[in-house]
Amino acid sequence: MKVGVSVVIHQYQNNGYNIVLDVNSGSVHVVDKIAYDVIGCLEAENSFHTPETLRKEETFESLCKNLEGTYNKEELGEVLEAVIELTEAGQLFTRDIYEDYIGEVKQRKTVVKALCLHIAHDCNLACKYCFAEEGEYHGRRALMSYEVGKKALDFLIQNSGNRRNLEVDFFGGEPLMNWQVVKDLVAYGREQEKLYNKHFRFTLTTNGVLLNDEVQEFVNKEMDNVVLSLDGRKEVNDKMRPFRNGKGSYDLIVPKFQKLAKSRNQEKYYIRGTFTRDNLDFSNDVMHFAELGFKQISIEPVVGEDTDPYAIRESDLPQIFREYDILAKTMVERERKGEGFTFFHFMLDLEGGPCVAKRLSGCGSGTEYLAVTPWGDLYPCHQFVGDEKFLMGNVEEGITKPEIADEFRSCSVYSKEKCRNCFARFYCSGGCMANSYKFHNTIHDTYDVSCEMERKRVECAIMIKAALADEERKETHEEK
Amino acid sequence: MKHIKTLNTQTLNNTVKKGGCGECQTSCQSACKTSCTVGNQTCEHKK
Repeated sequence: MKVGVSVVIHQYQNNGYNIVLDVNSGSVHVVDKIAYDVIGCLEAENSFHTPETLRKEETFESLCKNLEGTYNKEELGEVLEAVIELTEAGQLFTRDIYEDYIGEVKQRKTVVKALCLHIAHDCNLACKYCFAEEGEYHGRRALMSYEVGKKALDFLIQNSGNRRNLEVDFFGGEPLMNWQVVKDLVAYGREQEKLYNKHFRFTLTTNGVLLNDEVQEFVNKEMDNVVLSLDGRKEVNDKMRPFRNGKGSYDLIVPKFQKLAKSRNQEKYYIRGTFTRDNLDFSNDVMHFAELGFKQISIEPVVGEDTDPYAIRESDLPQIFREYDILAKTMVERERKGEGFTFFHFMLDLEGGPCVAKRLSGCGSGTEYLAVTPWGDLYPCHQFVGDEKFLMGNVEEGITKPEIADEFRSCSVYSKEKCRNCFARFYCSGGCMANSYKFHNTIHDTYDVSCEMERKRVECAIMIKAALADEERKETHEEK
Repeated sequence: MKHIKTLNTQTLNNTVKKGGCGECQTSCQSACKTSCTVGNQTCEHKK
């Protein structure tokens, strides 16, 4: 990888596979050792090779000079031909042509297409790492009224332009503490979508404490996705996710979540946990979920202040990387045995993934995606709620501070210097703006520890694809 | 190809012309509420 220019090729070895990622086309090549060395050598010489420069006599001569002791000339010529072929096809040494395109994308008029409704700023758990401070978001306890919720849905419809699919997440705090309003808003949304030719995709994020048969039935009928919060093994979960009286929540919640997941045919949900410095061996928590029968699993690193004892530190990264490697290998083995499961951060769709416009634009917070407080205030996303500097307007008057939306709109992988040299920039789209703000006081930076983890996850996700595409190799190889 | 096996046929540059309709899911609505995960999503037209 080079510093100072946009990285073009990323090579790495994982689980016995030699992998070459052509960063700007997204092409993934699994190569033998000689091709790995040849591509590495060519890239070190000139990141901006073209079919023409690759065909030059001096390129081959230089390659032979560097690698002839290891490989013979005939082999090197053969690999060079293959490299030229891929370069001509736009799958290797592809230039980053998107910087001009991002200007065009960002000038497009954006519409609001998703809302995170803070249906309850209150919670029946007292999770120690909660960014919402036990649901209160640095403010008072409050429940969203039906009237405010209706205005939020009206605001979404009115500001959604031609977008048909609109997303609404019932979030908190704990949304089941205001369940009747959730149900009433779903009913209202279903009425309105017919009138305006829209389609609401409702989702619910819950800790499960109040989950019962009635909730389950409604959720299965109306919610496109449910996010079920649980951290993993009993001792891990109960340490960080106790009730207000200190008692653990695992025993009450797990059977309810198992029942719900089964009733949804193990689809359209995530069992979602957070790992902290207290369980850096989090691959065991993922496997615990798999053993409990869950098929859609997500475990994310905690984001905490440096002073928080549970916060991830830079010195924890080597162990975290090992855990991701263990998890990736285990997932390959299980998949081959027909016992596979999905891990959210290893999901990668090499054929049908998002377009470049989406990958450049990021998560859409502050423009396409807004959070609504119980009293109807609008913020760029749920993580900014409570910080008055980011108060953008309200559901009655709409966006009253368009300059905040403009700042979020201007944010992309090209507005962040660190992203230019990062091979993973088209997978995370520049990272979480709230995290950047938290650590650097600007949304135009990155949270470096998170970037390191994201790069590792992308490497693991690609390795899994390579392993599963490998029909001939049935056994997982040891890392070289 | 003897030395190189390519896993995908689609390239990002091919999505420049037709992309950007915006009908796809917003990333934070899926399962990430504290990170940014976009590359793992699916294009609405390829579902």
